[in-house]
Amino acid sequence: MNSVGFAMLRDGARKAVPALTTLFLLLLAQLPLPLPFYPDIAPVLPLMAVYYWVVFRPDLMPRLLVFAVGIVHDALAGAPFGLTAAILLLTHGFVLSQRRFLVGKPFWIFWSGFAIVVPVSALLSWILASVLRGAFLPTDVVFVGIFMTVVTFPAVAWLLLRSQRWLVGPLEPA
Amino acid sequence: MPIRIWMQRFAFIGLFALAFALMLLSKAETGALQRVRVAIVDATAPILEVMTRPVEAGENAVASVENFFLVHSENARLREENVRLLGWMQTARQLEVENATLRAQLEFVPEATPRAITARVVADTGGAFFHSLLINAGARNFVRRGQAVVAQGGVVGRIAEVGERSARVLLLTDLNSRIPAIVESTGDRVIVSGNNSPWPTLTYLSTSSPVSSGDRVLTSGHGGVFPPGLVIGTVSEATEAGITIQPTVGLSRLRQARILDYGVNGILPAPEEVPAAPRAVPEDLK
Repeated sequence: MNSVGFAMLRDGARKAVPALTTLFLLLLAQLPLPLPFYPDIAPVLPLMAVYYWVVFRPDLMPRLLVFAVGIVHDALAGAPFGLTAAILLLTHGFVLSQRRFLVGKPFWIFWSGFAIVVPVSALLSWILASVLRGAFLPTDVVFVGIFMTVVTFPAVAWLLLRSQRWLVGPLEPA
Repeated sequence: MPIRIWMQRFAFIGLFALAFALMLLSKAETGALQRVRVAIVDATAPILEVMTRPVEAGENAVASVENFFLVHSENARLREENVRLLGWMQTARQLEVENATLRAQLEFVPEATPRAITARVVADTGGAFFHSLLINAGARNFVRRGQAVVAQGGVVGRIAEVGERSARVLLLTDLNSRIPAIVESTGDRVIVSGNNSPWPTLTYLSTSSPVSSGDRVLTSGHGGVFPPGLVIGTVSEATEAGITIQPTVGLSRLRQARILDYGVNGILPAPEEVPAAPRAVPEDLK
């Protein structure tokens, strides 16, 4: 392969990293891990990836990708189609509008932003799922899920940061 | 650039509206959406299967270390159990002979033994909203909608969606799960209703019934989805407010599940368009 073609391929692969990491986390969250009650307490991993990439590389986390991630999640989870897609789109829109308050700030501010996003999205999912299933769904699991998602965020964010440093690079000013 | 901003707004509203429309459509259970869902699951199931391998390897490693340290006490326990089981074997032999004699006298029609397929659990999509599992067997392995799924002697759920090489199991804890059952000690007919918590409830039980915690709950076979006599769980709490049961199978730690085919399809509609004809006959069906 000539060097230009190789460079283009490499560039394309780099640009696909946000999409691939998000899909990987999405699948990871669905695995039957050997922890007691794991499916009930599993953190919402794809939300972390969407949040991270929208803040640091919004150009590589377009709405269509967010929508597709939501659809794949709903298909695997057996959820009504579009539920997670709608939640992730709202999250995407909100974070994109608040991006400038989060970029270049210390990590705890980035984390606090996530700590606001998670309960709101969890509450919205709970409301939508309850309406669609026609029953009040248990809430205790939702609270545990919010807690687990916020607490495990730094670890996942660190891995995403590594992947960004090694493979993707920072957002270039337009 | 106002046009770009308008385009972006439009994209957001358009996609959001699409997501909402899909939500309402999937409430109506349209066939097209189900096919898309099954196709996505079918495409991701092999990836999920590969991803479960390291998890399983790690688990096996931990288990073998544990076994190494427990081998002595385990041995003692097994010897004891063996003595007890030898006693039971005697009893079973006597009962077998007695049974055969009685059956011959009554010209009893034997129950059909089920065909069974063992499949790996590749995804556990529990959580607050939907309780289901994905398994790596589908239409090509003769998995059909409505078949009973069991593991280690207890009920897991039933097959809700079938793809070419994967299928979704609706767990007995899901809000949509209703299993006709009987309480073993009293013979009361009940329905085991999932409620999205780990502990399903018993409904349609008369208040005077003397059900107490520890009673076993078995499938009754009514409705024709589950064969009779499979263990669902034991009553964990019996109060005025309601009776909850603890499923026998540890649903959150399931690695393998058995799909039973009794040839009963009962209340479920005829198996929906199966993506393709079965290709290979699994080993245990030959």
